[in-house]
Amino acid sequence: MSRYFTQDHEWIDVDGETGTVGISDYAQGQLGDIVFVEVPEDGKKLTKGDDAAVVESVKAASDVYSPVSGTVIEGNPALADDPALVNSDPEGEGWFYKITLSDPSELEALMDESAYEAFVAKL
Amino acid sequence: MSETIDSQAHSDDDYEEPAILPLPLDAWHRAKGGRMVEFAGYHMPVQYEGIMAEHLWTREAAGLFDVSHMGQLTFTGEGVVPALEALMPADIAGLAFNRARYSLLLDAEGGILDDLMLTRQAEDRVYMVVNGATKYDDIGHMIEQLPDDITLNLMEDHALLALQGPKAVDALARLIPGVADLVFMQAAAFEWQGHALWISRSGYTGEDGFEISVPAEAAEALADALVAQPEVKPIGLGARDSLRLEAGLPLYGHDLSPETTPVMADLGFALFKRRRETADFPGAARILKEREQGAATKRVGLLVEGRQPVREGAIVVDAAGKEIGHVTSGGFAPTVGAPIAMAYVPAALAVPGTRVQLQQRGKPHDATVAALPFVPHRYFRGVK
Repeated sequence: MSRYFTQDHEWIDVDGETGTVGISDYAQGQLGDIVFVEVPEDGKKLTKGDDAAVVESVKAASDVYSPVSGTVIEGNPALADDPALVNSDPEGEGWFYKITLSDPSELEALMDESAYEAFVAKL
Repeated sequence: MSETIDSQAHSDDDYEEPAILPLPLDAWHRAKGGRMVEFAGYHMPVQYEGIMAEHLWTREAAGLFDVSHMGQLTFTGEGVVPALEALMPADIAGLAFNRARYSLLLDAEGGILDDLMLTRQAEDRVYMVVNGATKYDDIGHMIEQLPDDITLNLMEDHALLALQGPKAVDALARLIPGVADLVFMQAAAFEWQGHALWISRSGYTGEDGFEISVPAEAAEALADALVAQPEVKPIGLGARDSLRLEAGLPLYGHDLSPETTPVMADLGFALFKRRRETADFPGAARILKEREQGAATKRVGLLVEGRQPVREGAIVVDAAGKEIGHVTSGGFAPTVGAPIAMAYVPAALAVPGTRVQLQQRGKPHDATVAALPFVPHRYFRGVK
């Protein structure tokens, strides 16, 4: 399984044609206490860069963009009752949605873990 | 991911406006791990450990807020009381020395130019605290309106700290004996390590607490001494906003503007009886008519259903989806444990319990008009 990152701080784990999307630890730290997450519905078709989810901290609302194109398999049901999972385990239990990739070649434009770490270090 | 809404503050960019001057505690905040943002033309800490934790700490212990961006003004000269009364609906003449009042700077139409706190320090001396983002406009307006023999001094050589929360009195009294004798909206001069302080028992959180005017050169030492107390942690602007929202206190530039009058803003308590009778404050004719007949729209509190915050910029709609009001502040309320908001709605809906529908980024939200404050005030009004 490989993990990729976007410059907008989303991550995607890819296993075959299935991806799991979330926001990075850096992103949750910048947002602060997360009080609400809206995940996409099953079956929703997304194009790379589309608004896929909304994450709200005490202070502000932010859009989460889909790192790839495809069809949503499921949103993380745990986030409705416990949005703070995104703070406590952003790159694990705090995932946002699973998606079937329609164009895996889109992954080539994303960063791997070490490239993302270098990117964040310069922010 | 990108931030789409930011009701309070704007994150620092790589480039900076050269005009931003550091406030006295700038380095202190950075050393304490404060996340600095630009606010009201200054760099201010939006949070330290996190807005939620800071908010809850203030409600149960004591939080130290730096509000040095606000304008501290003194007005002196013979006749200063009637001169200031001409600009606002406060009864300053009837105010005992060292008593503070909330008031509103009004334009000729009764629109609100700023909200402020004033304290009568002596026969011909008034101390005033105005909002940071409006202070230079306020000063311009007042210099134009006040007689030439009134002297206005902007106390740029002073910092302003607020210590807020149920344990604020314990912490502050340990450093400065005598502050526990103050009651809500009372102020006095004190001395700490040779520095003259002006301390008022007041604040912007709904909790008991103090606002401390301190010479800039002593601000760091006083802030250090305060956070060394076990009850006290430094608190950022983020929690200041969520605390005041729960306390039902309006924020200028959001809940108050020149488009709103004291009656629309539900601040009728700021219209003092003698001034209503003399009807000689700016916009008195309109404001007193609104007070008798009711204003067309009114500021209310809203309890929002679900968990998603509804923020400034959302609209209030009728059953047909037509805009009938607007949300001026909103967010997740840590003590309430739910999203809350303030909005202007038609007078007929401004009754607690009324259900209203909101719309934010095309999405509907249900809400109920709620009595303000959302969290009861716990001011210290003296031992009864």
